[in-house]
Amino acid sequence: MAGTTSTLRYRPLNLARWLIWGLTVLVMVVLPLIFTQGFAITLMSQMGVAIIFTLSYNMLLGQSGMLSFGHAVYSGLGAYIAVHTLNLASKGQIWMPVPLLPIVGGLAGAFFGVLFGYVTTKRAGTTFAMITLGIGELVFNCSLMFPDFFGGEGGITTNRVFGEPFLGVTFGPAVQVYYLIAFWCVVSMALMYAWSHTPLGRIANAVRDNPERAEFVGYDTQRVRWLTLIISSFFAGIAGALGVINFEIVTAENVSALRSGGVLLAAFIGGIGFFFGPIIGACVFVYFVVALSDHTKAWLLYLGLFFMFTVIFAPGGIASLIMMQVQLIARKRFARIAPYYLAATASGLLVLAALILTVEMTYKVSVDSAGGTVMKLFGVEFDAAAALPWAVAIGLWIVGGWLFDAARRRVGRVWDEIQAEFLQART
Amino acid sequence: MSAHAIELQAVCKSFGNTEIIRGVDLAVPRGERHAIIGPNGAGKSTLFNLVSGRYPVSGGDILLNGESITDLKPFEINRKGLSRSFQVTNIFQRMSVFENIRCAVLWSLGYKYSFWHRLGSLKDANLRAEEVMESIGLKRRRDTYAGVLSYAEQRALEIGVTIAGGAEVILLDEPTAGMSRSETADAVELIRKVSQGKTLIMVEHDMGVVFNLADKISVLVYGEIIASDVPQNIRGNQAVQEAYLGTEAH
Repeated sequence: MAGTTSTLRYRPLNLARWLIWGLTVLVMVVLPLIFTQGFAITLMSQMGVAIIFTLSYNMLLGQSGMLSFGHAVYSGLGAYIAVHTLNLASKGQIWMPVPLLPIVGGLAGAFFGVLFGYVTTKRAGTTFAMITLGIGELVFNCSLMFPDFFGGEGGITTNRVFGEPFLGVTFGPAVQVYYLIAFWCVVSMALMYAWSHTPLGRIANAVRDNPERAEFVGYDTQRVRWLTLIISSFFAGIAGALGVINFEIVTAENVSALRSGGVLLAAFIGGIGFFFGPIIGACVFVYFVVALSDHTKAWLLYLGLFFMFTVIFAPGGIASLIMMQVQLIARKRFARIAPYYLAATASGLLVLAALILTVEMTYKVSVDSAGGTVMKLFGVEFDAAAALPWAVAIGLWIVGGWLFDAARRRVGRVWDEIQAEFLQART
Repeated sequence: MSAHAIELQAVCKSFGNTEIIRGVDLAVPRGERHAIIGPNGAGKSTLFNLVSGRYPVSGGDILLNGESITDLKPFEINRKGLSRSFQVTNIFQRMSVFENIRCAVLWSLGYKYSFWHRLGSLKDANLRAEEVMESIGLKRRRDTYAGVLSYAEQRALEIGVTIAGGAEVILLDEPTAGMSRSETADAVELIRKVSQGKTLIMVEHDMGVVFNLADKISVLVYGEIIASDVPQNIRGNQAVQEAYLGTEAH
């Protein structure tokens, strides 16, 4: 009887799950056919790599409660082993087809996960975080101390195109690399999702929530953390190897604290509480790093502000905001709050315009004034040193800020009313 | 195999210079419901923490089914068949009732650290979790997060998590603390039901519960057991009345 109930309970969810996975694969296949420019392909390739890396990080942070400041160690060392393997393969010294290189990176990542993880996972919480920081710095410094392996400041370069093409695939064109990354991205996502529904995945959640209780139901919490870190490092290594294929170079930056911090930011922006959160976070993060950095020198400032905004107003990340709306849509309340969302978005855009105007004019005047102070923004050319643009910026701040605050309050009120209705319906 | 499920031999525990447990000797036969009572600060919870491996002992030996568990870690003791509940509710707050119970059955069913089994397909684990939920009366709260359950429901879940792994020796630390009269009555019935055929050791302040449930009672005062006997004899024990029960015994 219990079995029958369970089957009935889970069947609709499984259908939705297949639909979501099917759509994800479809989107990944179709995207390069729509966005054919080289830049778009590069952007999507980097997003694919970042998705694997961020999801692997969230196995630690979101699912097991391990705040790591050194996750780049595993992707970076995986990348170094992969680049050396690729170089040996291109010289004909070993047999290694390019599509299988991510497995080499993954195994290397897992190997270092076994090694470093044994030390780092001895403790949880802040101690774990501090040890990972130390291991990260240790490996980064090693990268400068052992130039034969790490290639010094210039890093190690490689060539992904060698040997005879297989079915016409040489991995020379960027789109072929994209599809290879997309393939591994889907495989990795599916495996990491599957892991979260295994006994180890569930016990990792238990260790995250209440390590003491987990011990008293028979689990060695250190072993759970260690195994989770090894598996997470495996996927980080896959991401590292795909980065090698994509960029054909590995430098010390691959194992740096900057990269470890980046993946933390990406996971938080997307939302660590949901499986799909880091996927969103990775895409947003790569957009900031790759696309926005092409348009403005202040991209890092925008990223920092965006991160702050997310942590303050949506601590559960973008994924939690989406899930809150799903709840409203499912209970047919979204239409009631939608006009207020629209008002908040419109006024929020005014504030965003004010922010961009202020930041860009400040950059132009203070950092980039060697070629004059005339600049072009939103299609309008103006002098950043003149009074009028600053007056416009101040006006936008005041009007936009006031409207946004009013709209935000109204959204909050309607939201509370709807939640009260839900509560009443439950009781 | 020893006739005793649990044996404490001259167990001591000190924190710094303060002696909390002073050479406790106790033997609980298999299948007995044994209550440990005593005034506040007598060391009852500390004794539980020593037996379950939460604290290391300062001296003496603890045997489970004749085998020493003195230096073992909590998870190792649990795997040998001893499970415990806590005075302050200690469950997985962010998980559903079902997930709480399922987490507690996984090790005992041999799934250990498996990352190649799909949880949904573990028929034995899922069935066992459903059965335990049924036995603790939380089936209708199956998918509710543990953190939003009522206090009495959380205490019931605590007992569910404790017994789910099928341990033969169960330690319950003040299972009815903070409950209303009717909730306590329900809890007593629940404990009676789930401890059937098992060895139960419990620390409890409510004398009604103790005299209702226990086959034998040990009285702990200032870290020493001053009496260990059947409830009727404890009721009439002069030393116990003086040290602990006072006029309540009359």
